[in-house]
Amino acid sequence: MISALALISLWVGVVFVLLGALGLVRFPDVYNRMQAATKCVTLGVLGIMLGVFLRSGFNPLGIKAIIGAVFILLTVPVSSHALARGSLIAGVKLWKGTVKDQFTEDRGGKSIIEEGK
Amino acid sequence: MSRRIALFIAGLIIWLLLSWTLNYQEIIIGAVIALISAGMFGGYLPLEAKKLLNPVRWFWLLVYIPVFIWQCLKANVDVALRVLSPGLNLKPGIVKIKTSLKTEIARVFLANSITMTPGTLTVEIQDDTLYIHWIELRSTDPEEMAKMIKGPFEFFLARIFD
Repeated sequence: MISALALISLWVGVVFVLLGALGLVRFPDVYNRMQAATKCVTLGVLGIMLGVFLRSGFNPLGIKAIIGAVFILLTVPVSSHALARGSLIAGVKLWKGTVKDQFTEDRGGKSIIEEGK
Repeated sequence: MSRRIALFIAGLIIWLLLSWTLNYQEIIIGAVIALISAGMFGGYLPLEAKKLLNPVRWFWLLVYIPVFIWQCLKANVDVALRVLSPGLNLKPGIVKIKTSLKTEIARVFLANSITMTPGTLTVEIQDDTLYIHWIELRSTDPEEMAKMIKGPFEFFLARIFD
């Protein structure tokens, strides 16, 4: 029973990591890609960690997996925040379909929305 | 001082979990390392011991964790569907919202929680203003937007950290 749960958890994790990677390729600009990279990959890695924990139980390996999962949950948003902020300040262009950019408006800078049809 | 003690205890617990043995040698080494790191970094801990020992806050934290996990799952399915849909369904924009949270640590957790909810990514915090990259702009009214983005988080975080 538990090993079946572990397998399901591992597979859910792998599928979400795959979707995250697909999102990195398909989405048009840095900021949208960051969304795919943070959300899907977080759940994917959490699923894999949970699967490892379920398979190995309460031994050094399983506990390390759980601690790693908590660490990832706390640090992934921070690093994505730092990357997105850095890109905005460095003036990396937003996708041409972007509707609104209040950050640059508030700073009084030139619009960094990509031009196009 | 109380912050250093809190950090020492937390560090020792994490060490013991990582080594997963109650051998006295491990405990001594862990205590020494936790003592050194608590001495070096204890001053940076953004929580006060008075708040740490309040059981009501811990209760709200326990309520908050399932809410957060549910939002996180929703976010993942939402982005996964977008990735798989042929037209991508994108209408991104960067908007700003205000928060009523007072302490730094509460704002940090709000920003992290927002990053984990469907389609939103915190880009910048300036005092009580958060700039959010939203993958699909569903509203332009500031109050409605703030409600949609913050979801249930502000209510819980105000009770946990403020």
